[in-house]
Amino acid sequence: MTFWVTQALNGISFGMLLFLLAAGLSLIYGLMRVLNLAHGSYYILGGYVGLAAIRVTGSFVLAALAATAVVTLIGVVMERFFLRRFGEQELPQALLTFGFLLIFADLSLWLWGGTPQTLPKPAIFERSIRMGAIVFPSYRLFVIGVGLVIGLGLWWLQEGTRLGAMIRAGVDDAEMARGTGVNVGLLSTAVFALGAFLAALGGIIGGPFVGVYPGADFEILEMALVVVIVGGLGSLKGAFVGGLLVGLLDNFGKALFPELALFTVFAPMAIILAIRPTGLFGVR
Amino acid sequence: MKTRVAVRWAAALVVLSALPAVLSSYQLGLLTKMLIFGIFAMSLDLLLGYAGLPSLGHAAYFGVAAYTVGLLSLRVANNFWLDFPAGLTMAAGVSALFGLFALRARGSYFLMITLALGQVLWGIAFGWRSLTGGDDGLPSVPRPRLPLPWALTDGGPFYYFVLAFFAVSILALSVIVRSPFGRALVGIRESERRMEVLGYDVWRYKYVAFILAGLFAGVAGNLFVYFNGFVSPSYLNIVFSAAALLMVILGGAGTLVGPALGAAVIVFLENLISAYMERWVLVLGVIYVLVTLFAPSGLVGLVRQRLGSHPA
Repeated sequence: MTFWVTQALNGISFGMLLFLLAAGLSLIYGLMRVLNLAHGSYYILGGYVGLAAIRVTGSFVLAALAATAVVTLIGVVMERFFLRRFGEQELPQALLTFGFLLIFADLSLWLWGGTPQTLPKPAIFERSIRMGAIVFPSYRLFVIGVGLVIGLGLWWLQEGTRLGAMIRAGVDDAEMARGTGVNVGLLSTAVFALGAFLAALGGIIGGPFVGVYPGADFEILEMALVVVIVGGLGSLKGAFVGGLLVGLLDNFGKALFPELALFTVFAPMAIILAIRPTGLFGVR
Repeated sequence: MKTRVAVRWAAALVVLSALPAVLSSYQLGLLTKMLIFGIFAMSLDLLLGYAGLPSLGHAAYFGVAAYTVGLLSLRVANNFWLDFPAGLTMAAGVSALFGLFALRARGSYFLMITLALGQVLWGIAFGWRSLTGGDDGLPSVPRPRLPLPWALTDGGPFYYFVLAFFAVSILALSVIVRSPFGRALVGIRESERRMEVLGYDVWRYKYVAFILAGLFAGVAGNLFVYFNGFVSPSYLNIVFSAAALLMVILGGAGTLVGPALGAAVIVFLENLISAYMERWVLVLGVIYVLVTLFAPSGLVGLVRQRLGSHPA
């Protein structure tokens, strides 16, 4: 019993982390049809910059602010000066973002070395919480809380605000949205910035339990892609449900069948693809 | 036009067969690698340049062939006539399976699904240590033994062995792309709907192209494991799949000579830059960005622009 509860909570917290990554990836794709392969870079850059900032300031909150600011800026620069030129051409965009993925990976290795590192947890979440026979680290609960808050916030943004209405209009039909006076260019930059921000936040939040290390960018990118494939591109609900599903599958897979760890994630993805090529909640 | 192309390729092959006389055995090894990666890049171009399908998981078929040949020659028997066809069968089989999933998608979705499917194999190679050796890969894969008067040692003999496959692959691929089948693929790339209206079974054409591309990637994978004597999960990885895309675009998609050139340039640069500095990955990333920004139609495109001639 303890095993199942602990693993489930671990899986859900990892799923929330994947949700942060997949939501950005999915939003960016939905609005701009850009498959941003550098999304995993935003995760490790968030983690590394955050770690450097924690060492200077000693504050987790300040580090989170610094890391998300730096990475959001990187995202804006990539969108404005590189991706925008290529409109809806998926191949140049894929090559370009893959180039950035390699550049950031090697720069991080150069600057921060090859040893895996973990961010220190904020002091108040150092303790574990005891629920009957189960002892659970409070930090994991904090991660689940952050995921829920961000999920609610994004849902409100999308459904309840003018900005969200413009994004939905842009996702449905960019030409028509432009015709009704929506500045799709500016909107694209805003959405790209939001995606980069969420990924960097993922790096900060995930830093204390997943860690940052060379190759984490690729692993996180692949997991987030699986989430998006399972949940459906362009769908917030899909990113949330897909994130939970993949997080749980990954955790139980690793715990129960260590030799086939990745397979327990990829095999269900293949099955969903076979039955519903657009994912659980995808429209296209 | 047909004869001119044939004459050019024949001239290139004559030059390539004369090179062992002037190159050192190290340089010949590099050239061998260029030819193998050239076959790999050309196989992807059948999908990307002709059928318009940008696969980001092409390393899967290269890798599965390399692992098949490696495992069979190490654990079962080093028998060329068994191992080589087995490698090709596995490559074609896996692409036949993956094609069923991937071809339901288009554009970015196609990129993403081919990527994810490719990573499934990477995951297996990485995780199933007892079979694949995991991260350490399969070391000391032997060279094939053929009924030839000389052994396939480094330098000349093995180079000619690879050159023969390179020549046959080019011949086969140029026959394919010039056949009515190849023309239909180009038609599908330009307008799928029009081809459907004309009565073509578009899905079947794409599926056959997908399998053929996997098969030729398998040829390259087979040769590579013999050449390198070693295969690891990194040859199934997204980084390798993306490198194949880069080779095709850098050389010029939709031509056969382009991808072969692109492969040669990347192999050459990797060798040159790695000798002087540790930051090859950084340079490679910059190459991706520069090629996308400044040479979207590749080296072949640049040459054509210079000569002012129109694409054939």
